[in-house]
Amino acid sequence: MDLSQAFSTMAADLPAIFSMSVVTVAGLVMILQESLSENDRPIPWIGVGALAVAVVWELVHLGDPAGTAFFESIRTGGFASYINLIVLGSGIVTIILSVPYLDHIKHAYGEVYAMIMFATVGMLMLGTANSLVSIFVGLETMSVCLYVLTGLIREDEGSVESALKYFLLGAFSTGFFLYGIALMYGATGTMYLPEMQGAVPEGSIMFWAGVALFLIGFLFKVSAAPFHMWTPDVYQGAPTPLTGYMSTASKAAAFASLILVLFYALPDERWSLVLSAVALVTMIIGNVLAVSQDNVKRMLAYSSIAHAGYVLVALAAGTTEAYAGAMFYLLIYAIMNLGAFGVMAMLEWDGKEGRVQSLDSLAGIGHEKPLLGVAMGVFMFSLTGFPPLGGFMGKYAVFAPAVDAGLTWLVLIGVLMSAISAYYYLRVVVVFWLADAEDTPEAQAASRSFVFAGIPVKATIALCAVALVVLGVYSGGLLEMTFGFFEEGMMAATP
Amino acid sequence: MSHDLLVRLILLLPLAGAVLLGVLPLFMPALRRREGLIGTIGTSVVVIPFAIATYLFVSYGGDPVTVSYFTWMEAAELSVDFAYRIDELSLIMTLIVTGVGGVIHLYSAGYMHGDPGFWRFFAYLNLFIFAMLNLVLANNLVVLFLGWEGVGLCSYLLIGFWYTDLKNSAAANKAFIVNRIGDFAFLMAMFLIFSELGSLSFDVLLTDAASVLSAETIDYIVLLLFIGATGKSAQIPLFVWLPDAMAGPTPVSALIHAATMVTSGLYLLARMSPIVLETEVVMMIIAVVGALTAIMAATIAITQNDIKKVLAYSTVSQLGYMFMAAGVGAFFVAIFHVLTHAFFKACLFLGSGSVIHSMEHVEHDLEHEGEDVSDFDPQDMRTMGNLQEYMPSTGWTYFIATLAISGIPLLAGFFSKDEILFKAFEYGYDGNTYAMFVWVVGVITAALTAFYMTRSYYLTFMGEERWPLADKIHPHESSWKMTVPLWILAGGSLVTGFLGLPAVIKDGKWNWIHHYLGANYGGPVAEASVSAHVPGSLEWGLIGLSSAIAVGVFFFARSMYLSQGIAFDVSLKERLGGLYELWEHKYRWDDFYDNVVVEALINQISRDGLAPFDSKIVDGAVNGLAGATQESSSLLRRIQTGVVQNYALALVFGVVLVIGLMIFGG
Repeated sequence: MDLSQAFSTMAADLPAIFSMSVVTVAGLVMILQESLSENDRPIPWIGVGALAVAVVWELVHLGDPAGTAFFESIRTGGFASYINLIVLGSGIVTIILSVPYLDHIKHAYGEVYAMIMFATVGMLMLGTANSLVSIFVGLETMSVCLYVLTGLIREDEGSVESALKYFLLGAFSTGFFLYGIALMYGATGTMYLPEMQGAVPEGSIMFWAGVALFLIGFLFKVSAAPFHMWTPDVYQGAPTPLTGYMSTASKAAAFASLILVLFYALPDERWSLVLSAVALVTMIIGNVLAVSQDNVKRMLAYSSIAHAGYVLVALAAGTTEAYAGAMFYLLIYAIMNLGAFGVMAMLEWDGKEGRVQSLDSLAGIGHEKPLLGVAMGVFMFSLTGFPPLGGFMGKYAVFAPAVDAGLTWLVLIGVLMSAISAYYYLRVVVVFWLADAEDTPEAQAASRSFVFAGIPVKATIALCAVALVVLGVYSGGLLEMTFGFFEEGMMAATP
Repeated sequence: MSHDLLVRLILLLPLAGAVLLGVLPLFMPALRRREGLIGTIGTSVVVIPFAIATYLFVSYGGDPVTVSYFTWMEAAELSVDFAYRIDELSLIMTLIVTGVGGVIHLYSAGYMHGDPGFWRFFAYLNLFIFAMLNLVLANNLVVLFLGWEGVGLCSYLLIGFWYTDLKNSAAANKAFIVNRIGDFAFLMAMFLIFSELGSLSFDVLLTDAASVLSAETIDYIVLLLFIGATGKSAQIPLFVWLPDAMAGPTPVSALIHAATMVTSGLYLLARMSPIVLETEVVMMIIAVVGALTAIMAATIAITQNDIKKVLAYSTVSQLGYMFMAAGVGAFFVAIFHVLTHAFFKACLFLGSGSVIHSMEHVEHDLEHEGEDVSDFDPQDMRTMGNLQEYMPSTGWTYFIATLAISGIPLLAGFFSKDEILFKAFEYGYDGNTYAMFVWVVGVITAALTAFYMTRSYYLTFMGEERWPLADKIHPHESSWKMTVPLWILAGGSLVTGFLGLPAVIKDGKWNWIHHYLGANYGGPVAEASVSAHVPGSLEWGLIGLSSAIAVGVFFFARSMYLSQGIAFDVSLKERLGGLYELWEHKYRWDDFYDNVVVEALINQISRDGLAPFDSKIVDGAVNGLAGATQESSSLLRRIQTGVVQNYALALVFGVVLVIGLMIFGG
């Protein structure tokens, strides 16, 4: 490498990290604003503004051809822009929902928003990483911020407990992850994903052991069983809008990164069996345990485990159609879950971030708050996979290619499990609309002080619901686009 | 006019009605009381499509017309359009849906009068019509599935319409969830077809599938589709939701749970008939399941006292009949029975609605008189009797429909039911033994049908008046909005049978529906070919046999219930003993589902089985390791708070699993 060219090359690559830079700078500005000015009000809106700028940038570059930047450390092009859009969009929704929420629980510190920004930077890096090092840096940047955000409510035992659990187990899994990277590097001598494929020595146990450990790190982050144990506790304990953020953006970024690894770096489909087994266990554990949950946040935690299982089915299939379907699913899933957690955030009144409040305590709430009630109905039906909502299209996009790839048995279980899921999703709709508050003692609490859902919050939630309807009826272009990422990637796989 | 526009109108008018009636009154409460306006809009967006469908029917040239609006999903090979198909089968179904649907909309304007949810009701009904039209007009399986799920959603909304009653929302839930089980099979079938064939469009599916797919694949596909159909069309073992679904308002029972939605499983099989015919094994399963469902539901119907429950089980039984027809390869007969059944069963349901309506007035009057009405059930036939005198229109139309469903010669049910029995016999005569079994069961069921329907008519409309203070309080006939639809449907029950005259007459040349639908005559519905034809004399004999059974049983039941009234039920119960009890308890299907499926499988496994798996088993293993550090905390606390070590141990367990599979599994 000619170092004299290094700076000019890097300067030319700067547009590739435009979003990361904007979000980082905005995060720093937000911290400065917090410490130097008495006025905290503009802080979240600085964040929203920066994320929106990045969104516009990525939208413009959505059609770009695939490439790499910074000496092949990160990927650019349509795939990168697509996953960045999911992450950035989730960030915007999360900040908008957090503003009234954090006010309500009296934890509206500027640093919180800065933390969201830094977590976003980590995800942007993770989702576009082209080398093992960038994956690790992105993953840890994201995770550390999320540990902090989980424990946001310091004086609350439940919140602190879940943050500690998350941190300890996260650190544990990172250990495996790093060791996996070390073995993979040791076996192939390269950190770059596309180079790895050709450099794997024949029959190298070291390499595949490394891959196994490496996968474990990912499976932990996307809460696949049996690495899911932290999920229900953490999702239940963290402030609700941030739970929504964790369950969507971080998973989307981690899955995108995993797809890149599977697609570019790993030679044969030896991992298919592992991912099938994990997908199977994940779908069963997630769906079956969701059935018996009384707390909506905990139910949604198991539901998000189940959905990770559906995505893993597509990954196990390992075809370009399946990867494209998974990418499409991540978008739909992000919208559904952000919306569902958003509605729950606005419906809390137990003073414990919805940790204790049961589903029954929301009996008949749909009549009281029709917009939130209708939106929740859309989210629940979409999560069930009901046509013509986005969730149906998403499930179709992940399951159909898996049948094509010969994983019929796995899809059979998946579809059966998703039939079971109707039971617990529908229960939310029933309680919201069909149950009567007067018949339900839990809904009679004396002081029901809800978060004040202003116009921005209502508009955001409504937008999520409308997006699901629109994507369900007219998503042809998007699916085709995600497919294009991989077709083009195939050709560019060996630079 | 172009088909493009007409199909668009057929589909979009009901949707527009649903949106208009659902959204505007939601935000403008003043509109909610404008019943006249709401009823007119709601009904006309169904009647106009009926008129358009009639035009399409009359001008139909014999070649299927497909229209495609826009691409729904597209990725790689998969391309699914919002595409619709006009052919003989979809035209007949569209006419039934919009025709019977329109009549029921008119009836609903009378029936729901004064209900605070009047607007909501019509919005749901219109949405249902939209979904149902998607189902029958679809040109690919995905749009069909959209309709399939859509009608399920509307059924859910309408069963739980009076949701303040907890029982109703439980029934709605049950219907939805049971149907999801069927839908799961439907989805799997779709995945399989796409994976093997690369297309979900009927254009490809119906022409290529039979030659391209392997026999085994076809077996699986048809079996999965049939499982899907057992959910929607209420067959064993998924029929349990339909009787409970009667909790919804009666027009809903007539429209959704008798005339249209529940027949969509039959429509699906008829649509896929070229493929279904390829698999003998599954055909046999279809026929036998249909036959068992038919006789089981008919025996339950004998023991029911709730007038709507009798009709509900009767519907399950008649649907079983239709599956019998499908299972012996006579799909066009199944559709024929769908058609006649739509008329007489809708007529019966609406008649029962009219009865319930006036019995509610009786209840109201009783309350006014200071009577205790807490035990009074306006749907219980034991409190009725002699209503013919007070409600002549309702009584006469109910009587006509009863004769039709009982198979009294020359009425609609006679022709279609007889054709099913004949086809089963013919198929058996041709050497398929199972068809003979089906035929025998069908004949017995025909006798049972005549019995329980005659019973319901005579208990309700004849005999003595059994409600309290019968000399003072009298029921009244319902308004014209309700009686006119009854007469229209009764008229249909009288004449529609002539569309399918049996083969003995003019060698089947006058069997219009066969010529219209049958693939042998250029239609879309395939049928099994039979080599050994039943001689004409034997065929006349069969017709004579079923006529004799229907008429004989009718007069027997008539004389018993006229002379003894409900006392005959008691003596029947004594004579049949345990068997009657089994029927009365509906073969204990509900107990089975409650105890085994819901309680054991869902609750036990989820709550007690798998949930502790997350902490208990791991916890047990960890006791030795972590015992020293955890002395102070109780076992319970450790399970409940989820100690980090346990979680870490699960993680290690997972690590071993993943590494093991990766190294040794690959």
